[in-house]
Amino acid sequence: MAHSTVAVLERHLTLYRRLFWASAMSSFLLPVLFLVSIGLGVGGYVGDLGGVSYLQWIVPGVMAATAFQMAVGETTYPVLGDFKWTRGYHAMRATPVRIGDMVAGQVLFMVVRVLPQTAVFLAIVVLFGGLRSWWSVVTPLVCAAVVVASALPVMGVSARIDNDGYFALLFRFVMIPMTLFAGVFFPVAQLPLVAQWLAWVSPLWHGVELCRAATLGVAPPWPIWAHALCLVAWTVAGGWFAMRGFARRLAV
Amino acid sequence: MAEEPLIVARGLVKRFGEFTAVDGIDVSVERGEAFGFLGPNGAGKSSTMRMISCVSPPTAGELRILGMDPVRDGVAIRGRLGVCPQLGNLDTDLSVFENLTTYARYFGLSRAEARRRATELLEFVQLADRAKGKVEPLSGGMKQRLTIARALVNDPEIVLLDEPTTGLDPQARHLLWERLYQLKRQGVTLVLTTHYMDEAEQLCDRLVVMDGGRIVAEGSPRELIDRYSTPEVVELRFAGGAEVAVKLDGVGERVDALPDRVLVYARDGDAAVAEVHRRGLSPSSVLVRRSTLEDVFLHLTGRTLVD
Repeated sequence: MAHSTVAVLERHLTLYRRLFWASAMSSFLLPVLFLVSIGLGVGGYVGDLGGVSYLQWIVPGVMAATAFQMAVGETTYPVLGDFKWTRGYHAMRATPVRIGDMVAGQVLFMVVRVLPQTAVFLAIVVLFGGLRSWWSVVTPLVCAAVVVASALPVMGVSARIDNDGYFALLFRFVMIPMTLFAGVFFPVAQLPLVAQWLAWVSPLWHGVELCRAATLGVAPPWPIWAHALCLVAWTVAGGWFAMRGFARRLAV
Repeated sequence: MAEEPLIVARGLVKRFGEFTAVDGIDVSVERGEAFGFLGPNGAGKSSTMRMISCVSPPTAGELRILGMDPVRDGVAIRGRLGVCPQLGNLDTDLSVFENLTTYARYFGLSRAEARRRATELLEFVQLADRAKGKVEPLSGGMKQRLTIARALVNDPEIVLLDEPTTGLDPQARHLLWERLYQLKRQGVTLVLTTHYMDEAEQLCDRLVVMDGGRIVAEGSPRELIDRYSTPEVVELRFAGGAEVAVKLDGVGERVDALPDRVLVYARDGDAAVAEVHRRGLSPSSVLVRRSTLEDVFLHLTGRTLVD
């Protein structure tokens, strides 16, 4: 890995150190609150789903959705800010750091965050009896793949806008619907076929299903390679979109 | 064989759509020189600087930096430049010290080396006592000194400064000039843009005067003054306005009537003042001063530099 990419990663880690406790709250506590309220509360009414408790059923969904939301949060205001307010990317641009290093270093930072975050979440969930298979240990990697596949396209969007008002639209019309309809809280098979199509194209649904297959120790709805391929497709297309957006914005 | 100049531009052009910001300039900067681009806002100075710092590709013409092509070898060139941009881009959420170490890592310095350079440079720009502090509470002059320290972190061969003292108070400017002068003495090549005459005169060995994307004159500050102005200038103000300028015809070598004052260019200022009084004119104020680059610019373009 290029040392410039590592240098960019280090910058984000140095910035993050100041926010660690505040952010740890939202990345550990929030999903746990979700599990307690919805998993135990709603789960009490719902009962079992195909021999699996509702809590066990939503654990992988909450896990992947938390990773997804972190990726979106980290690539909206922070990215626009480094173009517009802090001008951190302009500072990097004057050094040997390449556009690819800027993008890769920042994505790597999110991966470095999501791995321990997911691992700690797993450890907490074990106490609730939320896991059913040793395959659960691969979920941090799946969550990392979700982060990469969703962060890159959003970085591409943030590199192209000048007004942060667009983020409100992104949150309301992309992030929240995606969280609600990507099989986090109920199987997408419950939805009309058109809505299922939307779930199938979203990177989150593939992450949720792979995590679920792992924590429950069952086969995912599609072949593993097909889910993985969708995440890879988002990564490749998103990476291209982000790199182009950065290059255009920094070329003046 | 003489060393190739560090920066060579031939017929360099930068266009943004229909607008031509830089219109075919020829420049060469030698090692160890302090070179200035002088001109009003919109003259094309910053566009030229961005091309030299390898972040903006030239539209046409030839540009070579450190013997390399800025488009193909941008990464290698940027590794040997220090850039002090016009728009601040310090990391305001990092400490003063972290700003330097983080930036040093972009150039591939080891962590230990980055810390050593940061300590050394904060000493150099007299900010050592602020190392642990935040960037935001620093004054404009301090932030600018920190930006200069950051630009030096990779021990660059060329330091590019885009309007380094714009917006600073006189005391902060003098401190900054003094630091830049130290750098110059250490043999660092400085390239700066400015619209302050006194800055160009203080710092530059050689400069080009830019206007409307073109170079209108080139030389050392002294040469330019000798060539385009007279040793002394008399500034006259008249209670009735500048209409009396016609009556000054033949006083000194040249007369320029500005809206608020009349400038008389003369070899001997006092003699010119005596002649003004001999003609029965009574200006409300008289100032005899040495000629500056401001006068050169006024002569070349018919406009003042700072409006």
